[in-house]
Amino acid sequence: MELKVNDCKVFATTGGKPFDARLPVVVFVHGAAADHTVWKLQTRYFAWHGHSVLAIDMPGHGRSDGPCLPTIGALADWVIAVVDAAGLKTVSLVGHSAGSLVTLDAAARYPDRIDHLALLGCAFPMRVNDVLLDSSKANDGLANHLTNSWGYGRAAQKGRHTIPGLWIMKGGLRLFESADDGVLYNDMNACHIYSGGDTAAQNIACPTLSIMGERDMMTPLKLAQKTASQIKGVCEVVIPGAGHFMQDEAPDATLNALRDFLPIPD
Amino acid sequence: MADPKYLNFDTLSLHAGQKPDANYGARAVPIYQSTSFVFQDTDHAAALFNLERAGHIYSRISNPTVAVLEERIAALEGGVGAVATASGQAALHLAVATLMGAGSHIVSSASIYGGSHNMFAHTLPRFGIDATFVDPRDPDAYAAAIQPNTRLLFGETLGNPGLEVLNVEAVAKVAHDTGIPLMIDNTFATPYLFRPFEYGCDIVMHSATKFLGGHGVAVAGILVDSGQFDWEASGKFPTMTEPYDGYHGLDFAEEFGPGAFIMRARAEGLRDFGASMSPQTAFYILQGVETLSVRMQRHVENTRGIVDFLNGHGAVSWVTYPELPDHADHNLAKSLMPDGVGAIFSFGIKGGRGAGAKFIESLEIYSHLANVGDAKSLIIHPASTTHQQMDAESLKAAGVGEDLVRMSVGLEDIRDLIDDLGGALRRSQR
Repeated sequence: MELKVNDCKVFATTGGKPFDARLPVVVFVHGAAADHTVWKLQTRYFAWHGHSVLAIDMPGHGRSDGPCLPTIGALADWVIAVVDAAGLKTVSLVGHSAGSLVTLDAAARYPDRIDHLALLGCAFPMRVNDVLLDSSKANDGLANHLTNSWGYGRAAQKGRHTIPGLWIMKGGLRLFESADDGVLYNDMNACHIYSGGDTAAQNIACPTLSIMGERDMMTPLKLAQKTASQIKGVCEVVIPGAGHFMQDEAPDATLNALRDFLPIPD
Repeated sequence: MADPKYLNFDTLSLHAGQKPDANYGARAVPIYQSTSFVFQDTDHAAALFNLERAGHIYSRISNPTVAVLEERIAALEGGVGAVATASGQAALHLAVATLMGAGSHIVSSASIYGGSHNMFAHTLPRFGIDATFVDPRDPDAYAAAIQPNTRLLFGETLGNPGLEVLNVEAVAKVAHDTGIPLMIDNTFATPYLFRPFEYGCDIVMHSATKFLGGHGVAVAGILVDSGQFDWEASGKFPTMTEPYDGYHGLDFAEEFGPGAFIMRARAEGLRDFGASMSPQTAFYILQGVETLSVRMQRHVENTRGIVDFLNGHGAVSWVTYPELPDHADHNLAKSLMPDGVGAIFSFGIKGGRGAGAKFIESLEIYSHLANVGDAKSLIIHPASTTHQQMDAESLKAAGVGEDLVRMSVGLEDIRDLIDDLGGALRRSQR
């Protein structure tokens, strides 16, 4: 479905069912240079089990109009504007990587709008190394490969995708390659310069889940656990063997953690 | 300088798509000889059928052994996914049926496998899909043949049997300029020698019966999706971009992004047409794929030796192999396939049809049969076998002369192969 924020088109997939604002709504927010398709093995389940789903494309990503927003704070404000545009009072947020910082920041600053918060691959500070920043700024393609090869855990690099016949390493790369020039740098830089993570974590008031990959090289487990420890009452799930792209590498384990955390309506 | 940490070709040939068996630790890929797979509970069953969760349901649609092969070939070709099929022809039909319906049109190289030509020229028209055949050496001919209803450009990496080398980059540009995908049959080259996706091709098919399997024991096919084609931007492929009632209104491009084509091919094509690969066959092909690179090196090495022997032999009127400097596509071949231009070539034998028959019947190591890509050396006379359904004009367009002999060089000792050839050539001229 399409929404409008500041006269710009916002695309959201709804998990294969028409959006119904009367149901509890789960908003999924993707990571750097990605789009709604990263949630393909989570969204349909919730849409067909009592929720309405909005897996949104951030500005300048996927099918949403640009331009990209340059800071985590601006993206958090934009997510709440999307919630407004959908006519919703409250939602649950699920964010991955850069999207996890966006949802963390939104939940901290708009506590009355968020029912539940799920963070995937979330660690603070989310510093990006110079090679990755420089190559993403240069749009030379190296950054896509680095993000892809560092993002997937070593086990995933041999494949055995849950979806029969899909080769996970090229699927991830194609997604990054489909982003316009400058998008990956925008997102990486937004993570790199974000300084509000500690404050945001300490201000989270809603039930929160942190899903972490045991072999995550982008947001390492120890740092992710340190970030999670600042969130009051946080529920932690570590997915064995998974890297940073756990919703693709271990879709069932990710879905099960989300399913057990987000209340299924009667 | 930081480098991406990807596994390399030979490692992927042995490991991609497989994790050692969790129950018993089997190192080889187990053959899951089971038609169907037990659901955890009713919720799990419903979720699988509705694509909420992924997994195996019924072996016509997917099977754990077959899935290893699919991932492995996708990895070697550099694609986002693959679907294994009952044969190469099933893979070709699956691609066509996934992309288009009645009223559509295909532009194809004229120099393709006789079975593929037959499907395009005689069978698909019965279902409302027509084809125009063009010179594979002429990208402009592809462009000129495109119609408003064209939905696919098709060719073979190495034409059959003329070994025309397709200028993949140029033909891909022609295709993409009009919002159409390019599909290539990469059977003769294999991903070890050439990876079409790196040159802009969108879909690859193989007769896995040939070099991928490599031992002539199983008929098999596979279809690989590059994930590079933008179905949404093209606007010509409703099967990819519009809700499909067969899966509760699923929009494959919206849901699966780069994997839209291959997901649709499986979800609809294997479910409804059912030309799936058996797990036993997948196991056979996997054994071949594990040694693909070392076999292809030997195939190429032997081929070079035999071509050298035949080129200039008194009983041979001509030899066509793209590594020869006088081949029309020599420079293109060296550029696209620096590690070798395959193990199939053709030559003309002096003395016409009678000498050809005598030659083939005199061979003792080479097998006279309708296949290529075996570990054993094979030989055939296309005009009387694989291309016998083509009329004279089509034969000429496909570059098949009556004196043409096609050889698929195997892995035997090169000295024995040359001895056998030399003896048979002598006998053919008596």
